[in-house]
Amino acid sequence: MSFSITEPSNRQKWIAGILVIGYAILTLIPLIWIIATGFKTPSDAIAYPPKLLFTPSLEGYVNLFTSRTRLAPEDLAALGDPTTWYDKIVRSYDMVITGPSRYGERFMNSVVIGFGSTFLSVFLGTIAAYAFSRFKVPLKDDLLFFILSTRMMPPIAVAIPIFLMYRELGLSDTRLGMILLYTAVNLSLSVWLLKGFIDEIPVEYEEAALIDGYTRFQAFYKVVLPQAATGIASTAIFCLIFAWNEYAFAALLTSGTAQTAPPFIPTIIGAGGKDWPAVAAGATLFLVPIMVFTILLRKHLLRGITFGAVRK
Amino acid sequence: MAEVRLHGVTKSFGATTALQEMSITVPDGSFVVLLGPTGAGKTTLLRMVSGLDKPDMGEVFIGGQPVRGLTPAQRNVAMVFQQYSLYPHLTVRENMEFPLKSPLLRTPRAEITRKVAEVAEVLQISHKLENKATALSGGEMQRVSIGRALVRNPAVYLMDEPLSSLDAKLRADLRIELKNIQANLGATFLYVTHDQVEAMTMATHVGVLDHGRLVQFGTPREIYENPVSIYAAGRLGQPHINILPADLFGPAPPAATKIGLRPEQIRQGEGQDSLVKRVEHLGDQTRLHLSFNHHDLITVTDAHTTLQAGDIVKIQPQHPFYFDATGARIL
Repeated sequence: MSFSITEPSNRQKWIAGILVIGYAILTLIPLIWIIATGFKTPSDAIAYPPKLLFTPSLEGYVNLFTSRTRLAPEDLAALGDPTTWYDKIVRSYDMVITGPSRYGERFMNSVVIGFGSTFLSVFLGTIAAYAFSRFKVPLKDDLLFFILSTRMMPPIAVAIPIFLMYRELGLSDTRLGMILLYTAVNLSLSVWLLKGFIDEIPVEYEEAALIDGYTRFQAFYKVVLPQAATGIASTAIFCLIFAWNEYAFAALLTSGTAQTAPPFIPTIIGAGGKDWPAVAAGATLFLVPIMVFTILLRKHLLRGITFGAVRK
Repeated sequence: MAEVRLHGVTKSFGATTALQEMSITVPDGSFVVLLGPTGAGKTTLLRMVSGLDKPDMGEVFIGGQPVRGLTPAQRNVAMVFQQYSLYPHLTVRENMEFPLKSPLLRTPRAEITRKVAEVAEVLQISHKLENKATALSGGEMQRVSIGRALVRNPAVYLMDEPLSSLDAKLRADLRIELKNIQANLGATFLYVTHDQVEAMTMATHVGVLDHGRLVQFGTPREIYENPVSIYAAGRLGQPHINILPADLFGPAPPAATKIGLRPEQIRQGEGQDSLVKRVEHLGDQTRLHLSFNHHDLITVTDAHTTLQAGDIVKIQPQHPFYFDATGARIL
């Protein structure tokens, strides 16, 4: 492939810059809207025309994390003055906090299931990819095709068999069940991606390590893994994004103990009026872990997305 | 240090036979150079000894012990690959420490530091020790690669064209250095090269390989002065040996079909006329491209010759080699 090496003119650079910034703004609008809504009061959130400037409020976040109940004015008066800032917000609606909401638990479920299945997918994927890349595996091409073929239909197409199977196995509404499910879905992606990365690592490095007095496993651990770090990181991001955002299976298979945040967040809407700020606050917080994870690994991600295109 | 012996080793990759019943003995403390064109089986032979590949048939012995079933680590061999295979995620120092830190050697810290410093000094890379391996030039990488082998004290050093990517000056320096190391340590070297100067200056023995077979084994001078075939004769000599019809200069032995003439086997100033087609001044020597009886040949003459293209030079063979129709030498 050949590339033009002519420096673009200033005009071209301006146009390119404007297009990129325009696209970035366009894609960021929903995100900004969500984050902003999280800091609005419920009345500001549904104001028409939408308020671009508003007085920030933590009401959405308070509502997100608490269960509240409405009290008669005389009962409220009997309680005395609110002692904390969040009490104060709730009291202004003639309500009191009765306890924490389920959001914390659901969020933790998402963390455990998301990172658990990501770890498992990447761990198993790396080992399988290494074997496919380096060893003579009988029917290698057929096996690889079979692994890929599991991605040829949307996973939700097998929702009903999985639902029935999970019910029989007692995996419904368990963290383990969800981890296994997401791992199964992600594994084909991770095997294929990682095989590509490991194929790119010359076998000479391992041979050198074998001769330098290491066993094959030590050579894998000390020589292959560090060089596959980029691939492993980008694969992990892809796996995590899928497991983190997955909605359909989570809604179908979890309801109580193992429910993740995605099916939980919409249920906030129903609890006492359309509480958009609380929904937005839940969505905003839900974005944070994956954002941090992606930012931490972003230098690997760029290299990962362009892998194969760049020769070392 | 140890003797390395291959006995009847055969290795095929699919339809290609890389080694055919190869038997060769690398004596303890010797420097054996393997010569042969690409595909002759030189690298495969090294890989058999190292344990990276297993023979289909035959047996490899290191220090008299069969090594079948032993891993490369257990064989205690050091190898320098043709393409520098430095660990890119490590620094130069870490690369050189890597074999010493292996579970096989478990060298004490002080010893590691001393060894690495010593070898880095010899290879002139002391100032690069803290660099990332990927931040080096090709020549430096290859020196580190050699260094990684030299920090150890293995049964045998296997080297696959280690100097081929270096510039001429460095190659000359390292050639002498490697030879010194080998002589001082009494180390056994099995060394693959295409470079005739390396073969002639470093080797105690040369093995000539052809299509997976060992066709001649002897000292470099034996191979040069007493080749067993056209093929073996063609491995050494700059310029290349001239192979011409046997009767070109007059009567030849009955079975001979070819005559082989190295430059020193062509006597100038006597015999029959030949036409100078081109004169190449190389500095220390001058090459003459001659045309004799419609056949081209190349020889060497005085560095300061006044001959020019178009001149006539008389030439005559002197103790030539004769070869039969199969290319084998007739004595």
